[in-house]
Amino acid sequence: MKSRLQTQVLIIGGGATGTGLARDLALRGVQCILVEKGDINSGTSGANHGLLHSGARYVFSDPGGASECREEAELLKSTAPHCIEETGGLFVAVQGDDETYVADFPHLCSSCGIPLRELDPKEARELEPTLSEKLIAAYEVGDATIAPFMLSLDNISQAQQLGTQLLCQTKVVGFKKNNHRIQTVKLLDMKTDEAFTVEAEQVVSASGPWAGEIAALANVSIDILYSKGSLTVTDTRVTKRVVNRLRPPGDGDILVPGGSVSILGTTSIRVDSLQEIRPTVEEMDLMVDEGAAMLPILENARYIRAFAGVRPLVSAECDTDDRCIARGFALLDHFPQGVENFFTITGGKLTTYRLMAERTADLVCERLSVSKPCLTRVEPLPSTQTGRWTEPGLGPKLWLKDNNPEDPLLCECEMLPESAIDSVIDSIRQQNSRPSLRAIGRHSRLGKGPCQGTCCGHRVVAHLYERGELKANEGILNLREFFRTRWKGERPVLWDHQLAQAELKEAIYCGLLDLERSTIADRENGA
Amino acid sequence: MTAKNSDIIECELFVIGRGMAGMAAALFAANRGLSTIQAGMAGGLIFASGLLDLLGVYPLDEKRPWDDPWAGMDRLVQDVPNHPYARLKREEIQGAFHEVLSFLEKHGLPYCFQDARNSQMMTPAGTIKRTYCVPKTMWNGVQALEEKGPCLLADFTGLHDFSARQIVATMKDEWPQLRSACVPFPAPGYIKDLITGEMTAQDLELSKNQDKLVKDLEPYLKDAQAVGMPAILGLNHSHEIVSDFGQRIGVPIFEIPTLPISVPGLRLNDTFTRGLSAKGVQSFQQYQVSEVSQTPRGGFQLVIGKNLSKRIIRTKAIILASGRFLGRGLKADRKHVYETIFDLPLYQPADRNEWHSQDFLNPEGHPINRAGVEIDDAFRPVDKTGRPVFQNLYAAGSILAHQDWMRMKCGSGLAIATAYGAVNALLKIN
Repeated sequence: MKSRLQTQVLIIGGGATGTGLARDLALRGVQCILVEKGDINSGTSGANHGLLHSGARYVFSDPGGASECREEAELLKSTAPHCIEETGGLFVAVQGDDETYVADFPHLCSSCGIPLRELDPKEARELEPTLSEKLIAAYEVGDATIAPFMLSLDNISQAQQLGTQLLCQTKVVGFKKNNHRIQTVKLLDMKTDEAFTVEAEQVVSASGPWAGEIAALANVSIDILYSKGSLTVTDTRVTKRVVNRLRPPGDGDILVPGGSVSILGTTSIRVDSLQEIRPTVEEMDLMVDEGAAMLPILENARYIRAFAGVRPLVSAECDTDDRCIARGFALLDHFPQGVENFFTITGGKLTTYRLMAERTADLVCERLSVSKPCLTRVEPLPSTQTGRWTEPGLGPKLWLKDNNPEDPLLCECEMLPESAIDSVIDSIRQQNSRPSLRAIGRHSRLGKGPCQGTCCGHRVVAHLYERGELKANEGILNLREFFRTRWKGERPVLWDHQLAQAELKEAIYCGLLDLERSTIADRENGA
Repeated sequence: MTAKNSDIIECELFVIGRGMAGMAAALFAANRGLSTIQAGMAGGLIFASGLLDLLGVYPLDEKRPWDDPWAGMDRLVQDVPNHPYARLKREEIQGAFHEVLSFLEKHGLPYCFQDARNSQMMTPAGTIKRTYCVPKTMWNGVQALEEKGPCLLADFTGLHDFSARQIVATMKDEWPQLRSACVPFPAPGYIKDLITGEMTAQDLELSKNQDKLVKDLEPYLKDAQAVGMPAILGLNHSHEIVSDFGQRIGVPIFEIPTLPISVPGLRLNDTFTRGLSAKGVQSFQQYQVSEVSQTPRGGFQLVIGKNLSKRIIRTKAIILASGRFLGRGLKADRKHVYETIFDLPLYQPADRNEWHSQDFLNPEGHPINRAGVEIDDAFRPVDKTGRPVFQNLYAAGSILAHQDWMRMKCGSGLAIATAYGAVNALLKIN
């Protein structure tokens, strides 16, 4: 059916940058196809703090990047307010932290134009009572939080309304070049194992850490380093504001609220491969120990899961600490390497995703001789239903309001009623993807609460059968895949309550349902 | 006359735990004339499926299922001589099961089993599980699965934790004559928010609801030679309800296990509670042990409960059947696992990184599942030198080390057998 498609621009990668680029180009009237090998935000864009930087974190290491963050954050606060919670942020130092660093901080912020207010430690502890008694300095800045899934889903939704075609679970397997141009892009639909091609005038790789692998398919080499960052989620919201440690960026020094929970992170570990990226027990312990220095409550908090993402770093100047590599973005025109219609946009931060998209779109439009200006600076990002259920805390809020007995809760931890799951299934269908348990988890808060899918896993699979979405033994495959994926994040946090919770999950799904032994397991492993 | 909080209650045996091991231990003790007190939280039984496993799978890495659990057990104790099963003879375990099953039957909860054979039972995920004893209300399902003739699975509109359609779809290849149907729940008041549990089970005890259900099911029966339904056919007298249903419909009815909190688990909990009380076992439900000390005469004094409900108990011996992490018998911080009441020495992996496999479904299971209390031949927790920590403290059930009940499918068997071993050993010693 789709054995040959044509488009002006093919975008590779459905993270914040790729979806942002799709929207930017769509608003300029450029026709695009976006291909994503997993689902929206299944890479780095879905595995971060969701922090909208005021810029203050980068005033030492990257003043240029700091100013960029400040400008972009202000802009997004006005164009995409529904994705943002203006929490405010604190930078705090505790006894033993570098006092010169602390002393330099205010004027470095001023020179980047970042507003800040000095707080007396006592005042800071009144704002955030869980802060350490050993506080020696505190500043208030304009940090905020941004919901990464909602952001990307809303970007792609508007792009789709304007004609962009989204192909999820579709992988780039090769390029056919002719005369220094990519003539066709060879793709594989991983849902059906169907191969097809796209002819595009311009090709943009917005594939984050996979940029090197994609470029290699076009015989272009990019020096890219992988820095794994792990984060962990508490069961309650520990602070109202973002809390940063006032010291050179290090492990476990940012705590970011996310709706009804808090996210502690990150680590920075150089990895050689993008396979098997997962948070470890050691990283977890490191973050808890470091985080507890700012907020002692973190020592005995209940952590419900951890997750890890990979930052793509496009510079090899520094080999001791990946944090000292400027985390600015790289927009690479591969013309000099002999491919005139191929670009890579990678690196950067979630906060600057829009700017990255704008710069890329400018370049692409120049090649296409499209003269329309970028509209994303002023045009508000429409809020859609698609991204709605990814919002932490939305479930409980609506449940208390609606409390409809005809709409039973399928996920009790995150309070997702049947109607929410149904709307998520519909939006997955709209993105031409299959509504598996895992995909529903990616498009909503399903399975992200304290029980980690113990209750909702079985219920939602039953519901998928009732709706006719699953057939034969797909439910078993769905459960196996869902629990294996969730396990990566659970394993490092299994002590105390979460360990008891994991035991219940194993008792049900292995003890009673025999999921570990189901006969299809071997086939699946062989596949 | 009511007992005051400050009164000391004396007994010969104090059982900590109200799961399967605690209940079995209290039963064996009461049957042997020991004055027994039992305390614990809403025990593991409310999380139970109602199936009583003995041994289903071993060795784990081969995922080898056993049709004859006793043959599997021979192989297991040969390979793992410190598995708790290794401390008991087959006749003893058979005797223990016999004692438990006749007690349950007497109190209205009959079970079925085949002597040297595991039975196969369908699960709500459409998988097939090997288990040893099944509630009589499920027995027709074992036979239906064996024969794979025309069979109807029925569930209720709006029931959201059980799907007959799911089971049928999943089993279709191996059981082509399996069909599903969905009927309205016969009791009024439910619109869509229906779950398997105590309330729905109680509704199905009422004859007018049963009449309606029989009528609603009839059009779907067609050639069905058996009808399966989620296990909510009455909280009490389930066996009578199921057989009466079958007679009225004209084909055998069977129940299918559901996820916790499941009605067959509640039935076990209720039946044990009633039956043990009739045998004179004094039970403190929702009580935790807050203090324990040794008395000069070699017994124990315990404080259970808090504030107004606080009680002091003096006992000659204790059986520790407090379960694992979910039951709060074990607890873990970031570095170690510890036992919550006596801080007993535990067998456990060296550090947290070794607790769990990278793969949740690793067939070999997770090393932490084998952590627990090590015991001597008399089921007494031992220290590193192998000597009992206390002369009259015994342990039973899932808290014991060197077993993985979830993966080996041996939870109830382990609980019943070790409770039996512990009670008999303490009678011999004291």
